[in-house]
Amino acid sequence: MQDNNKKRIYADNAATMPVLPEVVEAMLPVFYDNWGNPSSLHEEGQRAGRALEAARTTAAGVLGCRPEELYFTSCGTESDNWAIKGAAYAARNKKNKIITSKIEHHAVLSTCEALEKDGFEVKYIGVDKGGLIDLDELRQQVDDKTALVAVIMANNEIGTIQPISEVAEIAHGAGALCFTDAVQAVGSIPVDLSKLGVDMLSLSGHKFGAPKGIGALYIKKGVRIRNLLEGGGHERGRRSGTENLPYIVGLARALEIARERMGDMKRVAALRDRLIEGLLAIPHSCLNGHPTERLPGNVNVSFEYVEGEGMVLWLDKMGISASTGSACSSKSLDPSHVLLAIGLPVELAHGSLRFSLSHANTEEDIEYIIAATREVVEKLRKMSPIYPGYEAIPPIPTER
Amino acid sequence: MVYSEKVMDHFMNPRNVGEIPDADGVGMVGNAKCGDIMQMFIKVSDKGIIEDVKFKTFGCGAAIATSSMATELVKGKTIEEALKLTNAAVVEALEGLPPVKIHCSVLAEEAIKAAITDYYKRRGIEMNFAPSEHSCCERDCERRKN
Repeated sequence: MQDNNKKRIYADNAATMPVLPEVVEAMLPVFYDNWGNPSSLHEEGQRAGRALEAARTTAAGVLGCRPEELYFTSCGTESDNWAIKGAAYAARNKKNKIITSKIEHHAVLSTCEALEKDGFEVKYIGVDKGGLIDLDELRQQVDDKTALVAVIMANNEIGTIQPISEVAEIAHGAGALCFTDAVQAVGSIPVDLSKLGVDMLSLSGHKFGAPKGIGALYIKKGVRIRNLLEGGGHERGRRSGTENLPYIVGLARALEIARERMGDMKRVAALRDRLIEGLLAIPHSCLNGHPTERLPGNVNVSFEYVEGEGMVLWLDKMGISASTGSACSSKSLDPSHVLLAIGLPVELAHGSLRFSLSHANTEEDIEYIIAATREVVEKLRKMSPIYPGYEAIPPIPTER
Repeated sequence: MVYSEKVMDHFMNPRNVGEIPDADGVGMVGNAKCGDIMQMFIKVSDKGIIEDVKFKTFGCGAAIATSSMATELVKGKTIEEALKLTNAAVVEALEGLPPVKIHCSVLAEEAIKAAITDYYKRRGIEMNFAPSEHSCCERDCERRKN
């Protein structure tokens, strides 16, 4: 099986996705024929300006907000930084507290840590075994000193989907703003800003078929935050930097396609469930994250007695792209903070494997991933000094 | 992070994997919390030559590759020669390791020394080799905890 290198199965869509051909098609004419600066008064500039606002209107339509509430940025990390620092510094001297969760993406966690160093008080709310935020703890923590509550809509590692509307209600009850990092959610689950109730939301194009290097921040009308980038006053004076029009057009097109294909996410969720079932048939394994409140493409399973990086390297050799929360795959040598926050013992965090599926995956892919993972786990366990003894993995369960 | 071809070769096709049931020395270093455990078995001849060596490792690609390379480097050597094995020699033989993985080579050196210590202990000889100057994984873990 390990010689099968011809066909690759990409199952790391939470890291990034290929740019959709339809998106490239929408972008190319912009590079060739609409390269003007939208700020210019002449014909080239005006044409670019019209395309920019058309893209904004399209994107806002998909997200359920007004075009003037959507600001294009360079990436999800910029959007997260802007929302959190912008809200914190706008409230400084009046409100000094920020509340977030223990399972945020580093773009949020590191931003909060930077604010702590600058004198802000930050509270990190815990999560349960499935990764759901403790709403009671949140209720206890919010007060009239709280400037912002920032909670990730869907976690990038374990895929847990948070009750963001409830989080927003609790924040607003105390007079705080609510921001959600929806980088993993947008494109995978329906996101309707007209009903969600948050004040700010970040998204990133390359997680749903647009290129890397384009993101957006939704800022509800009337919400004032500090600017992150000062300059020529682009994006209605709030985010300077000449607009990346081809990528903005690509982002809008990718959002439209994601909406069109949202129905197909049921099929992706069925693939996810089959993969989870197949992997949990391997002895000494467990599912990380929530059994139901979970992104349709996310699978995160830990295997005892083996280490994640070894599994990822072997799977790669067998044509499968996956990832792990093991320390050995990170720069820090610490295992994933998300896996530790859901109470997973460190040993099991080292043995985690994440597959993130997309529309492009098929049932055959899933069966191959299951068979390959069984082989890899068995191979690595055989050379593991802590494996209590050779134990054959039972046969693959039959398909439902 | 990119592994050299040599590291990938020793990870995918590790040499000397397994156990020696009648080993003359067995050593185990690391712990599961750190994500690396190495176990070494040595068979030593009357003349003090390491005739056979086997390992079992729980850990990342670099942990498996360094274990494999360490066994290659000491096989057929005398105990005295094996004691001179350094982590730097393991890294060099593997044509380099990413900086965050250097601790794996330290662990491999320590695993060999732990097996030799056990061999001496079984023969009633107390042995004190100088601990490596590099921080080993366990010490890293302790430091992070504190």
